Amino acid sequence: MKARTPFTRPVIYALLGLASLAFLTPFLWLISSSLKPLEQAMALPPTLLPHAYYAAIDGSRSEVTIDFTLQRGGIVADATAGEQAGSRVFLTPAQALARAKELQGAHRVSTGWVHVTEKRDAAEAGNGNPRWDIVPPQAIDSTIRFRWKNYPEALASLGGSAESSDGSGSVSFWVFLGNTLIVCLLGVVGTVFSNAIIAYGFARLKWRGRDAFFALTLATLMVPFPVLMVPLYGVFRELHWIGTLLPLWVPAFFGSAFNIFLMRQFFLSIPEELSEAARIDGSSEWRIFWRIVLPLSKPVLAVAALFHFLYAWNDFMGPFLYLTRKETFTLSIALQNYQSQNGGVQWHYLMAASTVTILPVVVLFFFAQKTFIQGIATTGTKG
Amino acid sequence: MTSRERRQLFAGIGFTSLWIVGLSAFTAYPVLASLYYSFCDYSILKEPVWCGLENYSQLFTDDLFWLSLRNTLFYAGLSVPLGTIVSLSLALLLNSDVRGKPFFRVIFYLPSIVPVVASSMLWLWILNGQVGLLNWIIAPVLNAFGATPPAWLVDPTWAKPALIIMSLWGTGNAMIIYLAGLQNVPKELYEAAEIDGASGLQRFRHVTLPMLAPVVYFNVIMALIGSLQVFTQAFIMSAAAGGGTGTGTDGFPARSTLFYTMHLFATAFYDLRMGYASAMAYVLFILIAVLTWSATKLSRERMSHVQ
Repeated sequence: MKARTPFTRPVIYALLGLASLAFLTPFLWLISSSLKPLEQAMALPPTLLPHAYYAAIDGSRSEVTIDFTLQRGGIVADATAGEQAGSRVFLTPAQALARAKELQGAHRVSTGWVHVTEKRDAAEAGNGNPRWDIVPPQAIDSTIRFRWKNYPEALASLGGSAESSDGSGSVSFWVFLGNTLIVCLLGVVGTVFSNAIIAYGFARLKWRGRDAFFALTLATLMVPFPVLMVPLYGVFRELHWIGTLLPLWVPAFFGSAFNIFLMRQFFLSIPEELSEAARIDGSSEWRIFWRIVLPLSKPVLAVAALFHFLYAWNDFMGPFLYLTRKETFTLSIALQNYQSQNGGVQWHYLMAASTVTILPVVVLFFFAQKTFIQGIATTGTKG
Repeated sequence: MTSRERRQLFAGIGFTSLWIVGLSAFTAYPVLASLYYSFCDYSILKEPVWCGLENYSQLFTDDLFWLSLRNTLFYAGLSVPLGTIVSLSLALLLNSDVRGKPFFRVIFYLPSIVPVVASSMLWLWILNGQVGLLNWIIAPVLNAFGATPPAWLVDPTWAKPALIIMSLWGTGNAMIIYLAGLQNVPKELYEAAEIDGASGLQRFRHVTLPMLAPVVYFNVIMALIGSLQVFTQAFIMSAAAGGGTGTGTDGFPARSTLFYTMHLFATAFYDLRMGYASAMAYVLFILIAVLTWSATKLSRERMSHVQ
């Protein structure tokens, strides 16, 4: 087979390689940041892998954070008297000479050396300031160490702590996950059954008004959501559903124009003879639908189920409109809420929590890749 | 009506009854109600009061309305053509005779299914002015020309382009559709063109593009409708870049990301001017309908020329 693009093969590979790099880098950056301690996530130049650094401070080897590289040399010493008594100071040689009497353990450091601070667990943070020193770069050694702790810590902080500023209590990550799964799974059940039943009525039955009704159904595909937003909110308010998960999954049990269209197309392709034979045997329409058409339609049911799951998992606007209390939040709105409450400083936690919301979608994709690709291809080209 | 016809009608209505309820409650009623509200002074707290065309005439003198419309058209005007170029190019590359197609396809497609909240968080981080990855990558190049990288989401000039760059990362869905379209082009056409001595570029221009035109049309319309309603990523990133100072619907920085749907949302749910918001919704509806209609007309003319 000949290449069908106006390029030669090495050029194509080069372009594909570049494009993959561009598409893949954000993912790598996401995962890499999610496994780093904060100061490494924010360090420039960035490193791909998170490290643990070790250096000797006051003669004892300890884990350290790398703060910055020295732009000029000087003297590091411990002050024993004066205002800075008891703390370590960095001075120019002239300053050090002038204060020689109140200094102890002075040593010379040069340009290019690295300021390091002893790294402490949160538990030890109480006992005074962490010690620091300035050491030559070759005195620092490092190992690759992933900070897996970011994940449990991020998920724990996603729900907010009990003493959060808005006074609301803390909610477990599992509550958010549970809410999301309720919305997704009930929505999928509703989507599959309601649209299959409705599409059967449009595809396999002949009745007066059917075609006009179907045309009306297709016309509703044109309506943008902002047109529906305000009255829909009113409907759910009348039903006292605001603040509950109901507006997010109940409508799925009443069909959607796009899925009706999708399933109708598929049902039309099932030979009519199968239904005729069953009718002659005295089967009811419901029985024909349930026993003959539905079992043959698994591919299209899978496509509808998959895309509804994806839609519900990713949806932000719906939860944002209808959910008011933290206990009812889905993952996407919990993530946004966490970001806005914490001002976006905890990048490593934010990336870990984002990875957790992305992961199920990616796993789902790898298990159902064929359904995904075929689903998009058919809905796209026949739509 | 014979008894057979009546039985058929009952069966038809029976099977579609869920949809009759769903269509009425969740689409038909809202469409009509918001049309009515658009002629009313209405907040959800009080009954609507008829005010005629006042909402619509007010729109014409509302600076924020025009600003949000301009911002949205700027976003759509760049993200739709650029997205089309990127997704079509990727599809063309993948449609050639190369190894590792499934691998590349996964890489290009995956970003499009990432939850928009998560991808917004990720791009907030990548587009960070001080420690973001993008600026670290482009800084050496820009410095060579004596320029410095922009602060993206906190710079009124660059906030919209930042959102457009992010949108390009998610064009994998359109790429899959293009790929399917390319694979449907009959091989005989290429063989015939080759016999006629057409070069690779000529084959692309005179075989691939015309055969793909309906798919391009479909994708462009879908992208256009989507980008005219851009909301979630702009809302999240504007709120985050504003550092909690704004609500997200103020279009931080300096209203540069105040998009149409965001402004509509804020008008309806923060200002509780739901009649006015409904008028805005109908203007958007009409805009989308007109654009879709003209695109259809244009593509019909173009396609009939080709065939």
